[in-house]
Amino acid sequence: MDILITGLLLGGTYALIAVGLNLQYGVARIMNLANGEMLVAGGFVAFWLYTAGQTSPLLTVFLVAPVAFALNWLIYRFMLQPLVKRSKTRGQLETDSILATFGLSFVGVGLMLAAFGGDYFSYSFLAVPVEIFGDSYGANRVASFVAAVVICGALYLWLNQSRAGLAIRAVATAPASARLVGIDVRHLAAIAFALGGAVTAVGGALISTYLTLDASTGVVFTLKALIIVIMGGVGDVRGTILAALLLGIVETAVASLIDPGLTLAAAYILFLGVLLFRPQGLFGKAPT
Amino acid sequence: MQRRPFLKLATALAVAGTIAGAASADTIRIGAVAPKTGGLAGGAAVTQWPTIALWVDQVNADGGLTVDGEKMMIELIEYDDQTNPGETIKAVQRLATQDEAHFIIAPYGTGLNLAAAPIFARYGYPQIAVSAITDQQPELSAQFPDMFFTLGTTSALAEDAVKILTDMREAGQLGNKIAMVNVADAFGIELATVARERFAEAGFELVYDTSYPLGTQDLSPVMKAAKAAEPDAFVAWSYPPDTFALTEQAIIEDLDVQAFYTAVATPFPAYGARFGAAANGNLGAGGVNPDSEAFQAYATAHQEVTGVAPDSWASATTYASLEILQQSIEAVGLDRAAVADHIRATTFETVLGPMSFANNNSNEAFWTVGQWQDGVYRGVAARGRDGAAEVQLKDGWGSDS
Amino acid sequence: MTLTASDLRNLVLAALALAVCALLPFGGSGYWLGIGVTIVMFTALATSWALFSGPTHYISLATAAFFGVGTYVTGLGFEVLPFWSLIGIAGLIGAVLAALVGFATLRLSGVYFVIFTLGLAELVRQVITWGQNMTGQRGLYVLTDITEAGIYWWLLGLSAAVYLGGWLIGRSRLGFALRIIGDDETVAAHSGINTAFAKVMLFMVPGAVAAMTGAILAPRYVYIEPSLAFAPILSFQVVIMALLGGASRLWGPLVGVIPFTLLLESISSNFPNQTTLVLGVAFLVIVYFLPRGFVGLLEDARGGLRKRAGGMA
Repeated sequence: MDILITGLLLGGTYALIAVGLNLQYGVARIMNLANGEMLVAGGFVAFWLYTAGQTSPLLTVFLVAPVAFALNWLIYRFMLQPLVKRSKTRGQLETDSILATFGLSFVGVGLMLAAFGGDYFSYSFLAVPVEIFGDSYGANRVASFVAAVVICGALYLWLNQSRAGLAIRAVATAPASARLVGIDVRHLAAIAFALGGAVTAVGGALISTYLTLDASTGVVFTLKALIIVIMGGVGDVRGTILAALLLGIVETAVASLIDPGLTLAAAYILFLGVLLFRPQGLFGKAPT
Repeated sequence: MQRRPFLKLATALAVAGTIAGAASADTIRIGAVAPKTGGLAGGAAVTQWPTIALWVDQVNADGGLTVDGEKMMIELIEYDDQTNPGETIKAVQRLATQDEAHFIIAPYGTGLNLAAAPIFARYGYPQIAVSAITDQQPELSAQFPDMFFTLGTTSALAEDAVKILTDMREAGQLGNKIAMVNVADAFGIELATVARERFAEAGFELVYDTSYPLGTQDLSPVMKAAKAAEPDAFVAWSYPPDTFALTEQAIIEDLDVQAFYTAVATPFPAYGARFGAAANGNLGAGGVNPDSEAFQAYATAHQEVTGVAPDSWASATTYASLEILQQSIEAVGLDRAAVADHIRATTFETVLGPMSFANNNSNEAFWTVGQWQDGVYRGVAARGRDGAAEVQLKDGWGSDS
Repeated sequence: MTLTASDLRNLVLAALALAVCALLPFGGSGYWLGIGVTIVMFTALATSWALFSGPTHYISLATAAFFGVGTYVTGLGFEVLPFWSLIGIAGLIGAVLAALVGFATLRLSGVYFVIFTLGLAELVRQVITWGQNMTGQRGLYVLTDITEAGIYWWLLGLSAAVYLGGWLIGRSRLGFALRIIGDDETVAAHSGINTAFAKVMLFMVPGAVAAMTGAILAPRYVYIEPSLAFAPILSFQVVIMALLGGASRLWGPLVGVIPFTLLLESISSNFPNQTTLVLGVAFLVIVYFLPRGFVGLLEDARGGLRKRAGGMA
């Protein structure tokens, strides 16, 4: 029980890290290697507002979300759309976007370094125990888990119930056909990319309440997010959430029952195992 | 059509790269290589870079270094090695051959210092290493005769932590059960290995002993398991992000121990700022004597010049290494071999007190354990240093406040 | 196998170029030697990477895994065995490891393969770290008397071997089969090519080369620990240099490695405080203005010259 809850809490963290990337990769077809930098930037804003003005990170997210949305929309519109236009094949776009976002991640690290220096930003927020079924858990983790549930739930409902969501899913599944039925693919891809960025930045703000970040830690989160998205299956929010929770529970179980030294090894074994038996990820469509 | 501007840019950069070496004669060029990005950037941003900036600022405000009776201003040449040994090697090489630096400040971190050691040795630069803690000092100083060690050895760090707990037990303050964890990285493994032996010799019972990988995002299973083992003391050979995470989890779990030890970053100002009253009584690696006038003057200047406070361990040692470099240059001039000989033969007066390198090029007076006491991090154990404070019992996490 | 006159000419030119490169350590500049080591190291890594990825279009991020394994071979064995044998052992282990990975990952395509190889590299690092902890072993000190020039020559020899190997593969049945696979895998399978076997065979090349590179470079690092030996950034650097050069030609990665190393060098020496920022910007400039890599640039230039020459005649 204890392991399950701790695992779910960790899984919530992972979902926050990865859901945004899934939107960006699944819909906008951009394998965004600068994802982690967006996360760290969100975390920094939360840190800065908290230490400067005691603003609760739970409120900060309402500022971070629209700003990150606008920023990512601009990035997509002006930096990535030209790549989409010029690439003739999916493979070409993949290569180009890997290169471009890799450069972008360096720019991100460089800007953050110039702006805030290389020091750790770490603060204490809601570091108090919460009792659930007789065991105590960090309130900041619980809060961010709740936020993760709200964000993922809202995303899922929106994608499945609204017209815009339907159109986005159509773009994710078959961009060429989506265009034929009158969907503005370019516009929607930009929206999805921006939304993904906003979710990631919000995730960063929440995660900064319990993880110690610095300007160059982004890559750690990018790697984790890539693995979760691929394990879950590209383009499906459910897959990412399931993969995130699974990863959280497996890591916690291994840490508690076997040896904490093997947690990350277990995570990668799980990932490699999933891919070996389901090469398209848990919820992915088999490649055509 | 688009390729021309790029070619121009590339050529310009390449040319600029090759001619950057030229500089005027009345300045002394000091090189510095350390991470500004990558895994160790967070630590270097606290310990290494601000202290270097402070030292250069102070020396230049004073008119420069006195070399053979003449004042020479310092020109600092900084490079970011991105926490990548290949880059460290390249940067030190660039400093030695292109920038023709007169002296080079040792890099940051054990691995990066060792990667740079052959280059320092080949070009005959003395290397006064600070953030390089190892038990291999005799071997290394035999291989690299101008490499010096200031911060102490792994064994001393682990042994003194064990000794403090032993003393507490002898005084009847502490039970016999220890929970020990370590980050699965060379540094953590080395410390844990020594500590495991010493704990056994001292008759302690290790009720929990495990490692966790570098970059673990959730340490609550570790802390829960440690708590379940009902230890009397908790010891973690940890790195900065996990030092913070373990302390936070201990607060959340309300870990009931009489001694709580985390290693690197415990002496960082950010640690005290983040945990406030809950940090009280926490033990950590290394220390200083915060009451010494020399340290206070240093800390005040550090705050004034760089806008941040120094940490309470390696910052001051980094400063001491620069004082040693300065005193040696002022004593014997710019001849690097003579400077190295001077370092070997002299006892220096530094911010930490006297320092010398008679045995294996190693400074044998250093702080090993410290403790947060009422908002100040004080050294509580040292080799050959005075002013150690009494160890206090860890008394809860201040959560009732 | 027959050699045409132009083949012979190319071989002679290549041998001459190699001989000139081999003289670098006598130039007396440790600085340029250091840069030379970086260039030949990435030439070996990126060229062997492109041998596999060029024709198959699989992007592998496993370089760091093989490289790290190689450094550990040297780190563990340098006191017992001669250096050259360690390089051989590393190559063998790398090839076997690559074959295993190859068999396991054949079903994966596109981005799934990319991330799988990344996960693999991290897994190897975690297992080695854990093993170290279990045995109470620390970081490895590789204190040898191997000089920078020695390392340079070893790497140069390795690069030459990679080129020779790539050239031979290009002329062999295997190379022909791979080109068909790259164009259309289904066609390849229908025309009786064992695609799985061909791909695994080829994947063993970058695996072995990366492991050997790691083994050669270990003495330069002096101190080895998993976080340094298995740093994932290396895998990305190799991919990026190869793609910038152009993975479709044997010499493509080389024209990516040289300008990239020099660019990196001039950026880190001129913008020490904004290295990452300037690097990122330079990167974006390259991606946007050199869409076909340096190979494309050179081929355009050659095409232009030819056109101009034709116009004059």
